[in-house]
Amino acid sequence: MVKKNLNLLTLTNGESFQPFRYALGSAGARFFQELKDNNRFMGLRCAKCEKVYIPPRNVCGPCFEPLKDWVQVGPEGSIYSFTVLRFAFIDPETGEKKPVPYGYGFIRLDGASTNLQHFLELPKNGDLKIGMRVRPVFAKNAQGNMRDIVHFSVDGA
Amino acid sequence: MDKIAVIGVAQTPFSPNKSGETYADLAYEATTKALEDAGLAIADIGNIITTSNDFWDGRTISSMAVGDSAGAAYGEGKNISTVEGDGTLGAFYGMTRILSGSYESTLVLAHSKLSEGNNHLITNAFFDPTYERAIGMDSLTASALQAQSYYNRYKIPPRQSALAVVKNRANAIRNPNAHLQEELTIEDVLRSPQPAPPIHEMEIAPESDGAAALILTTESFAKKHGAKPVWIEGVSFCAEGHRLGERRLWESPALRQAAQKAYKMAGIDNPRKDIDVAEIYEACSYQELLWSEELGFCAQGQGGAFIESRATQLKGELPINPSGGCLSAHAIIVAGLVRIIEAVLQLRGEAVNQVEDAKRALAHGQYGLAGQSHCVWILGKN
Ligand SMILES: [Zn+2]
Repeated sequence: MVKKNLNLLTLTNGESFQPFRYALGSAGARFFQELKDNNRFMGLRCAKCEKVYIPPRNVCGPCFEPLKDWVQVGPEGSIYSFTVLRFAFIDPETGEKKPVPYGYGFIRLDGASTNLQHFLELPKNGDLKIGMRVRPVFAKNAQGNMRDIVHFSVDGA
Repeated sequence: MDKIAVIGVAQTPFSPNKSGETYADLAYEATTKALEDAGLAIADIGNIITTSNDFWDGRTISSMAVGDSAGAAYGEGKNISTVEGDGTLGAFYGMTRILSGSYESTLVLAHSKLSEGNNHLITNAFFDPTYERAIGMDSLTASALQAQSYYNRYKIPPRQSALAVVKNRANAIRNPNAHLQEELTIEDVLRSPQPAPPIHEMEIAPESDGAAALILTTESFAKKHGAKPVWIEGVSFCAEGHRLGERRLWESPALRQAAQKAYKMAGIDNPRKDIDVAEIYEACSYQELLWSEELGFCAQGQGGAFIESRATQLKGELPINPSGGCLSAHAIIVAGLVRIIEAVLQLRGEAVNQVEDAKRALAHGQYGLAGQSHCVWILGKN
């Protein structure tokens, strides 16, 4: 009997989960409102070094200055870096496995100084390349979160 | 030990739900206020310690996530290091970095937003997943077990622990940063529901959002910058065993040891006489009684009689928590740092409930279930 129980070397966590209500802050709230209502990307520019932050935040780290100047960036941009995922992992937002393969990358929106991370649609012809122009494809029912962008596409950009 | 000064202190107001602000926003508020208090610019700061807990922040490497707001990315970037634990432990680390000779100044920051997570689930995760977690243990359950064993051992009547709530919430009325400020009677406290007997709802420290920061420096740095220094005379940090079921919960050997070491450093023989004011970390009312015993303010088992004697009231012989303590504002992680900050304000003569002629203050922080680890600070005016 004891020998049989030695198979019990691990214990599963069960169905427990951690609910969180993350604050967006004033910068995040404006960013998502604009994305949802106007399909527009708004960033914050540092008055001192002129760096434009996307997604926006309230402090420029290197200058240690609060950020106040809103500027519109994108919606088009170019691929800063990318990968193509061929293994599926559980999406923490949906709990579902996304069908593979799909592209994932850093997008430098026109006018921005930082990169936005998002999915990249794999092009119908050829491969993804750094520097390729991309445009966002917006979701039909915007919710005010990153899922308001389905992905960035090289086609038609 | 070389002389180490506290020359800048700041805290945000504490409230139940700062949903409009991120951790980074709170960190920036505390950092800039502390710099202003010290009359320094971020460029003057030698290194930075941030204090947080990944579970409460709902992310990993939470301490680095506030780096920009703490000034760690200023210019070419500064040395930043982190502590997971109470703010007093972050301050301890910050002090040792100065004593190492590598830095003349340290900014210590702590942030926490209990509103974003579920405190029961988060503290449930402190427990051993194989044997304890599934039973639903959390920090409140652990405190209830501790209170039960303490009351039982020394026959502490419930009204004596309720006195800590009445005193601290009344003290908080003048504290603009407090989360709960109210005139209560012992009966009010004892009439409130008991989510985990013997603890009443009103005897539990609230769950607050907020941040705090302080600036530690060498003596020469403090003098060069014309600061108003408060000096560290003694400090010690001790922890006891992790497993709750293996501890004698009616006592705290870690706190006793930390206190005795800090007193020795500071040359204190009689803490009740030699200390003018104390800010201690009570996550539940009974802890103010139990910690008073282990701090040597009264004999073991006498914590209830000690508070009942009115010695710890604002005008008493040894006022405890004139700011309102953790029962009035409790951002876990930040709460211990606030104890040091309030002690500093007392020694500067700038506290909201100023203790007359305070020359020496004690500040205490704790971390872990039912006070597993403790950090005791003795601060002096001269
Ligand atoms: Zn800048």
